Amino acid sequence: MSGTAFQKIYTHITHITKATCTLKATGVGNEELALVHGRLAQVVKIMGDHVTLQVFAGTEGIPSNAEVVFFNRPPVLKVSEDLAGRFFNAYGDPIDGGPAVEGEEREIGGPSVNPVRRMQPSELIATGIAGIDLNNTLVTGQKIPFFADPDQPFNQVMAMVALRAKADKIILGGMGLTNDDYLYYKNVFENAGALDRIISFVNTTEDPPVERLLVPDMALTAAEYFAVDKNEKVLVLLTDMTLYADALSIVSNRMDQIPSKDSMPGSLYSDLAKIYEKAVQFPNGGSITIIAVTTLSGGDITHAIPDNTGYITEGQLFLRRDTDIGKVIVDPFRSLSRLKQLVIGKKTRSDHPQVMNAAVRLYADAANAKTKLENGFDLTDYDQRTLKFAKEYSDKLLAIDVNIDTERMLDTAWELFARHFAQAEVGIKKEFVDKYWPSHT
Amino acid sequence: MKTTAKTTGKVTGIVANLVIVEVDGPVAQNEICYIHHGEIKLMAEVIKVVGNKAYTQVFESTRGLKPGNAVEFEGHMLQATLGPGILSSIYDGLMHDLHEMTGVFLKRGEYTRALDPERLWDFTPLAQAGDTVEAADWLGEVMENSIPHRIMVPFVFEGKYTVKSIVAAGQYKINDTIAILTGKDAKDHAVTMVQYWPVKKAIKAYREKPRPFKLLQTGVRTIDTLNPITEGGTGFIPGPFGSGKTVLQHALSKQAEADIVIVAACGERANEVVELFVEFPELEDPRTGRKLMERTTIIANTSNMPVAAREASVYTAMTLAEYYRSMGHKILLLADSTSRWAQALREMSNRMEELPGPDAFPMDLPAIISNFYSRAGFVYLKNGHTGSITFIGTVSPAGGNLKEPVTESTKKVARAFYALSQQRADSKRYPAIDPIDSYSKYLEYPEVQETLKKSVANNWVDDVMLMKNILIRGKEAAEQINILGDDGVPLDYHLAYWKSEVIDSIILQQDAFDRIDSNTPMERQRYMVDKVLKIYHTDFDFDTFEEVNPYFKRIINQLKQMNYSGFMSQEFKRFEEELENIIAERKVKS
Ligand SMILES: Nc1ncnc2c1ncn2[C@@H]1O[C@H](COP(=O)(O)OP(=O)(O)OP(=O)(O)O)[C@@H](O)[C@H]1O
Ligand SMILES: [Mg+2]
Repeated sequence: MSGTAFQKIYTHITHITKATCTLKATGVGNEELALVHGRLAQVVKIMGDHVTLQVFAGTEGIPSNAEVVFFNRPPVLKVSEDLAGRFFNAYGDPIDGGPAVEGEEREIGGPSVNPVRRMQPSELIATGIAGIDLNNTLVTGQKIPFFADPDQPFNQVMAMVALRAKADKIILGGMGLTNDDYLYYKNVFENAGALDRIISFVNTTEDPPVERLLVPDMALTAAEYFAVDKNEKVLVLLTDMTLYADALSIVSNRMDQIPSKDSMPGSLYSDLAKIYEKAVQFPNGGSITIIAVTTLSGGDITHAIPDNTGYITEGQLFLRRDTDIGKVIVDPFRSLSRLKQLVIGKKTRSDHPQVMNAAVRLYADAANAKTKLENGFDLTDYDQRTLKFAKEYSDKLLAIDVNIDTERMLDTAWELFARHFAQAEVGIKKEFVDKYWPSHT
Repeated sequence: MKTTAKTTGKVTGIVANLVIVEVDGPVAQNEICYIHHGEIKLMAEVIKVVGNKAYTQVFESTRGLKPGNAVEFEGHMLQATLGPGILSSIYDGLMHDLHEMTGVFLKRGEYTRALDPERLWDFTPLAQAGDTVEAADWLGEVMENSIPHRIMVPFVFEGKYTVKSIVAAGQYKINDTIAILTGKDAKDHAVTMVQYWPVKKAIKAYREKPRPFKLLQTGVRTIDTLNPITEGGTGFIPGPFGSGKTVLQHALSKQAEADIVIVAACGERANEVVELFVEFPELEDPRTGRKLMERTTIIANTSNMPVAAREASVYTAMTLAEYYRSMGHKILLLADSTSRWAQALREMSNRMEELPGPDAFPMDLPAIISNFYSRAGFVYLKNGHTGSITFIGTVSPAGGNLKEPVTESTKKVARAFYALSQQRADSKRYPAIDPIDSYSKYLEYPEVQETLKKSVANNWVDDVMLMKNILIRGKEAAEQINILGDDGVPLDYHLAYWKSEVIDSIILQQDAFDRIDSNTPMERQRYMVDKVLKIYHTDFDFDTFEEVNPYFKRIINQLKQMNYSGFMSQEFKRFEEELENIIAERKVKS
């Protein structure tokens, strides 16, 4: 993203904080890029002739007489088919040893889609994982994060989902990714022979945190190019958005903004929404689907980052280790795909919505029975049956190692119902019970 | 604000969408200005004036803006364009027609007109030459999607006027003069079919605003039956993310028996707006048989659209509602979510480095919210007709914790409170309105009780109170069972619990996505309430608590099948018959 600048060189910085510096300059535009002491920076505030810049790599070692040159333009990405298969840093510069990509310069963080030009998402994304396809069906054009504790295998699940999703392009936006995880993604995509469909913008834990702020916009600018110009189905993976939000708070705190909850900037909701709302089904058939990761601390979803995220995204996926079966499952209680009703029972078999709800209800009964058991009470016969059902349901359907098609998932659920319950206990519309209740049990 | 020469200025400071402008003349608080940026002009609103500096919030991205850019002030506040053609439209928060914009992406500075100036409307005069009229009096009407749209004396007209002339019935465009009014000063004023009104000011052209007294049917059982909303009432729906605020509001927008529905999608998801404009042109209003879109206007200022326009969007929506109320219509106004509007205020006050109130919201947030809600209401117009704005807003409390400024401020002004519970949502008990925490103050109004008695049933209010009691006792019983164990409590506790479960499952829970179950007319609600209360009053015979659960599950299952069947259909009656048989199995013969 470096470029030639024909502008005047400034050499007198008046204020330096950890992430920003301020100098006297004229003719500068808001959000314009600059080079401060050789580091990329962006204008975040202009007061008269005082211009404040956010220095992405941090201000360590920047002297007050450092050279400052303005670029006269906001950050851009050069887009073309040549992006495919390439790895870039947060500035869009190659990190895979290959040549710089030539193409049309596009401003990152560009305008929003006119809501009336959007199409209603309606294309199901099959992942084979029943915890997703059965209970939390994903749809192209959706935005949904994994809410996960840092020790959970979200990167693995996300890579698996990405590869099974039949996307034309997969764009990985890595923020504060450990080097190991970065290599993991690289390996998985390579082994799947999918590298030519992958584009990565990566900021690792070794890179300065503020640089992360560029990653989602870079990834989404590339996504818009393929989805709008090339009518492709693009899947964008953003991990870890918690580290992105942390970087936001670093910058806003340096700028003396009054923090709101959890020392996050008051604009956190709008900042995150701008990113996630880039998910869209375009009229031309192209689409952008965003699957993100928001790591939690101690499972706390009331923290400002997951909380604001939940208010923006179209559901969330929770992973949980089920100690009864010793596997990681997609938690049916806290997970939710809000777009599922656009496809379930329509693109899938018509009993899908009712089967899904009935199974979760019975699973909830099992959770109650479990509490009873833990409190030392006797279980009724019904309680006992729900527990047995829950264990099988967890193992055969919720576990992330399940890989079957939706029809098979529904049949499996009916088998479990019939094995453990009477028809009235399941509470499904009679027409479906008549049609699908297995006769052999 | 009526200066002849426009005030101008130049940009001196930029922090995100706060732009400071040095001005060369007078400016008014909330005055609109345009900031030049190359070929385009960006719309902004004055939010503070200090000396010759105007602090403005720009309704667009300020990327690339530079100090020194020229600014023109318009001499008026942000205003809505009022005239025929508003219904079925989809506007942004500033009332620009989104369909008129070019391209897939929104372009900065592309401001489209609100109404089609070329469209011809069939005008019928209602007033005649010689009539004495004042602001909001009906001069004539046109049919807008088969809804009478009254052409009124503009709201800004002060005092009495005499109709000098009015055009004959015929086809006119909105900008054609349809009447000449003569003021006290003997000056003539031409009136067209379009007028303008500053959105932040309430339109008060009515005679009287009594307390609401009539039920506004929504088809949502837990609202209509348990905590009804009234024509002209105010309500709010707080709830954590994913608890069902939007699904509930969409249900209201489809089913409520309003003449006109105005939806303000304020800082929420764009896909949710798409859902409305994909479905509404297809779905029918069950009462009129016409497409829902014909009675609906959507103000879409979604979360990725400019933050400052979010605040404007709720005011624009309210102004449109007031405009139609003045025509004698029954309006349902929905805003999702008022918290996003409050957050927009917070972002701005933060940038202006104002002293923050609780949670960094502006100090005057409670006043702003109460002011807004007070614009709703049932009114008697000066001509004797009635109109109403029922307003229901959602609130998105941080962390789902209701002890936060937006919820608390709203609770003080809204009279119906529909608290969505995380626990109910988690166990898929939709709509997740907590039956015990929620309330409708309207149920306590004697005039509301009176109309309920007349329109539903004589003992209706008593039945509703009884159901609330049963639900509370059921909850207490469940807690005791949890503490003491199934066999540690008397059998009665199980009965109390399961009888409340019948009400919960059959009256409260409702499948918003089922064609039949989603919308329950009052008559049917009453029928089902009678049914479940009959079960409540029945003495059942059980030997052990273990028999209670499976038995009631069967009862609930039958009732549910009834909920899914057409009212009084063959199917419905068959399930009902089976239900009676099940009840008879254990009914104590007296
Ligand atoms: N009445 C209902 N019937 C069936 N499902 C429902 C109902 N209400 C909500 N849901 C389910 O819950 C999901 C979330 O609901 P909704 O989008 O209304 O939540 P919300 O409270 O508006 O959340 P947010 O604050 O994040 O916007 C829906 O997508 C749907 O799956
Ligand atoms: Mg919502």
